[in-house]
Amino acid sequence: MSHKEECVMDNAEMELARLHSAPITPKVRMQIPPQAMPAQDPLERRHNMEEVALGYSPAQAMLEAQRCLQCKNAPCVTGCPVRIDIPGFIGKIQEGDFLGAVKIIKRTNLLPSICGRVCPQETQCQATCTVGKALHGVEKAVQIGRLERFVADYERTHAAVEVPNVASSTGKKVAIVGAGPAGLTCAADVRREGHDVTIFEAFHKSGGVMVYGIPEFRLPKILVQAEAEVLESMGVDFELNFLVGRTRPLLSLLHEDGYDAVFIGTGAGLPKFMNIPGENLVGVFSANEYLTRANLLKAYMRGRAGTPIYPSRRVAVLGGGNVAMDSARMALRLGAEEVRVLYRRTREEMPARAEEVEHAIEEGIVFDFLKSPTRVLGDDKGRVAALEVLSYELGEPDESGRRRPVPIRGSEEVVPFDTVIVAIGNESNPLISRTTPQLQIDRHGHIIVDERQKTSIDRVYAGGDIVLGSATVILAMGEGRRAAQAINEMLQ
Amino acid sequence: MHGTHRIVSKRQLSEEVFRIEVEAPLVARERKAGQFVIVMYDEEFSERIPLTIADADPVRGTVTLIFQTVGASTHRLALKNPGQSIVLLGPLGNPTHIERFGWAVCVGGGIGLAPLYPIAKALKAAGNSVTVISGARTKDLLIMQDELGAIADEHIVVTDDGSSGRKALVTEPLKELCRRTPPPDLVVTIGPPIMMKFCAETTRPFRIKTLASLNTIMIDGTGMCGGCRVSIGGETKFVCVDGPEFDAHLVDWDGMMMRLGTYREVEKEAHERCHLEMQLEKLGAQGKDALASEKEPAK
Ligand SMILES: Cc1cc2nc3c(=O)[nH]c(=O)nc-3n(C[C@H](O)[C@H](O)[C@H](O)COP(=O)(O)OP(=O)(O)OC[C@H]3O[C@@H](n4cnc5c(N)ncnc54)[C@H](O)[C@@H]3O)c2cc1C
Ligand SMILES: Cc1cc2nc3c(=O)[nH]c(=O)nc-3n(C[C@H](O)[C@H](O)[C@H](O)COP(=O)(O)OP(=O)(O)OC[C@H]3O[C@@H](n4cnc5c(N)ncnc54)[C@H](O)[C@@H]3O)c2cc1C
Ligand code: SF4
Ligand code: SF4
Ligand code: FES
Repeated sequence: MSHKEECVMDNAEMELARLHSAPITPKVRMQIPPQAMPAQDPLERRHNMEEVALGYSPAQAMLEAQRCLQCKNAPCVTGCPVRIDIPGFIGKIQEGDFLGAVKIIKRTNLLPSICGRVCPQETQCQATCTVGKALHGVEKAVQIGRLERFVADYERTHAAVEVPNVASSTGKKVAIVGAGPAGLTCAADVRREGHDVTIFEAFHKSGGVMVYGIPEFRLPKILVQAEAEVLESMGVDFELNFLVGRTRPLLSLLHEDGYDAVFIGTGAGLPKFMNIPGENLVGVFSANEYLTRANLLKAYMRGRAGTPIYPSRRVAVLGGGNVAMDSARMALRLGAEEVRVLYRRTREEMPARAEEVEHAIEEGIVFDFLKSPTRVLGDDKGRVAALEVLSYELGEPDESGRRRPVPIRGSEEVVPFDTVIVAIGNESNPLISRTTPQLQIDRHGHIIVDERQKTSIDRVYAGGDIVLGSATVILAMGEGRRAAQAINEMLQ
Repeated sequence: MHGTHRIVSKRQLSEEVFRIEVEAPLVARERKAGQFVIVMYDEEFSERIPLTIADADPVRGTVTLIFQTVGASTHRLALKNPGQSIVLLGPLGNPTHIERFGWAVCVGGGIGLAPLYPIAKALKAAGNSVTVISGARTKDLLIMQDELGAIADEHIVVTDDGSSGRKALVTEPLKELCRRTPPPDLVVTIGPPIMMKFCAETTRPFRIKTLASLNTIMIDGTGMCGGCRVSIGGETKFVCVDGPEFDAHLVDWDGMMMRLGTYREVEKEAHERCHLEMQLEKLGAQGKDALASEKEPAK
């Protein structure tokens, strides 16, 4: 930890002591600045896989908590997809009761150490916070996510994680397809009611995108593993390396294997490509492939890992979301000399979490806004040599209110690159729907569900990215939870 | 957590070719000709290795895999012994479309003879007359000959060096068969991409429906990563979910071969390192034995 960060911590303790010497009025609370997140030095971290954000100290957390006004109407709660009692848990932190705070969060969110790290807070809970509104800046809102992360980490590092109670066995069986956030959440909620639960997962590790997509430096895999272990201690069964639809047809689970209900949480699939010439050249990767090699298959541990990663020097990342940020920052850590993110719009329109964009810039990732490639050019061995890039300018706003990028004629330029990572989103995974023709899907291939997550097939429910398209961890969890409620009621 | 599978038997078919039988009752029951599995030699650091299901025994609940040690990962896999467990996911890919076509010619090269066998067998069972062309560099690499011989109505063997059967490439007898009247109704080809490409070129002028089973680089095998993509008739397809079999006349062979070479340099390094490590391990074991025998008398 740098000297500067240590000072921040000392300051927090002093501030806290000073604060407690007098009554804390709302005015005083509003004067406390938001606590900065201690982080690894950008020049160091661009060479390692360790977590970038280091987490608050107890004093910082308590000081940050003091910024919360405990609003009666709690607008922050409506911004959270799972409606965590935010003033409730922050109130506990104000009192120094960190474990009490986690208990409140866990009533509605089973994975706070994960959500605290990866939720796009600035568009969810923190977007509607009164403090942020009053100070005219969402970045000045109470740092709800960081507080959530702090108490969840505190619980884990103090070995205080409690295994939720499980009701006595009902003898009913529920199958969960996919061990991503949607599946894991659904499994926990169904298991609590005393039903037998088996999770079927295609990969050799559970966690879904949380283990194969989101990098170690943003979400340590040990956290995801810890959550799966809690489920195991609750008695949830994991069948890994099991591809429902292939290893066993979906409907056989219901009709032959004695499952009383099935939840499908298979996530997004099939990466989208740009459909430009040269996209099958050697050195063009989907972000899914690049990140899976690097994360799940540990390609960054050269010499140990069996899975190779492409040796890159100049990398172009296409896209502007979290997936693009993760790919760019991963490429840098894997040794690229220059990484540029090409995005068709401008920074304001980028869907990535604000913190990730800031971190990327600090680490030296270059952003080329209002640019998009028209062609990938190769050398005589079929390897990527360059991109032909077209510039855009912002035109009239479209239906979504965003100003539409319009290409500038004749602005094509050729920029040398040896690697291109395409991070422009996913189509949906076709495997289950192709092997289960009775299952209704929409024209994007997403499974159609009713307001209780039920599909067109009786006793079959679905949720998460396979229903929503590319969404977020917390939305996937929310759907898993809603499905669990419906399943539990059906099985009563 | 469950999900690993026990190796029940292992046999070395030639210097580079191994046959393992793995306990996987559900896969053995569900699999059909043409499908494959993905295996890993361990859960932490292994590459994901796609291998065709060469045979399956639903009663014993086992699948048979036949693989050639071409690089570091297949070498490490070959070190696994009966009783040990590996990761296995499957069956993956679409089954071969089997019907009564009439006369089917099945062309296999080298290790490709292993995946060819279940397809030839299924075609035979569906009432087709089946000709098999087995090809390899040399006699030692000709595998599955008894099995293929047993189901083929006609079995033609060729080797590059003439050490077994005719001294020829598989395309020679294939061309002769195409010239017969009536010509074959279907040709299936599995082997090195360059061989499949030339089989496709051989049958093209005769307009004989030709299927090739593609062995691209894969990661997940479930349609998530896009690493296995190939251009088929100008359209991008994913081999793991849209294949592995495609119309050989529509495959962009040169593009596919280029993509297969993506990691050639890195893999060569890994392969050499793997050999070195294995040697060290052997030396280490010998050293230990030597130490043990030295210590023995002192006791
Ligand atoms: C690189 C990247 C970064 C992201 N960053 C963020 C972020 O910062 N914040 C955020 O909130 N969201 C982020 N997201 C989005 C978020 O991860 C997803 O919305 C979320 O994981 C969806 O959860 P899910 O449970 O629906 O599916 P997934 O997490 O995709 O899990 C699905 C699981 O099902 C398995 N599966 C699929 N088919 C089958 C089958 N037939 N049989 C058995 N198992 C099967 C898969 O192997 C997988 O493990 C990111 C996504 C990516 C790719
Ligand atoms: C659907 C499918 C089915 C397959 N079935 C079988 C099978 O039944 N038996 C078998 O032995 N192999 C099969 N293969 C090929 C097998 O997966 C590869 O040989 C293996 O992954 C190589 O791993 P490695 O690390 O040992 O070698 P690497 O170090 O990865 O490669 C060594 C050399 O082999 C080449 N190579 C790499 N991957 C492939 C590939 N997929 N096909 C051809 N050459 C490759 C490389 O360019 C390199 O020159 C199949 C592949 C696919 C996609
Ligand atoms: S779960 Fe996400 S949205 Fe809800 S309070 Fe926590 S960080 Fe905010
Ligand atoms: S809106 Fe902000 S200040 Fe009000 S209760 Fe929520 S977090 Fe606290
Ligand atoms: S192997 Fe990943 S999509 Fe085919």
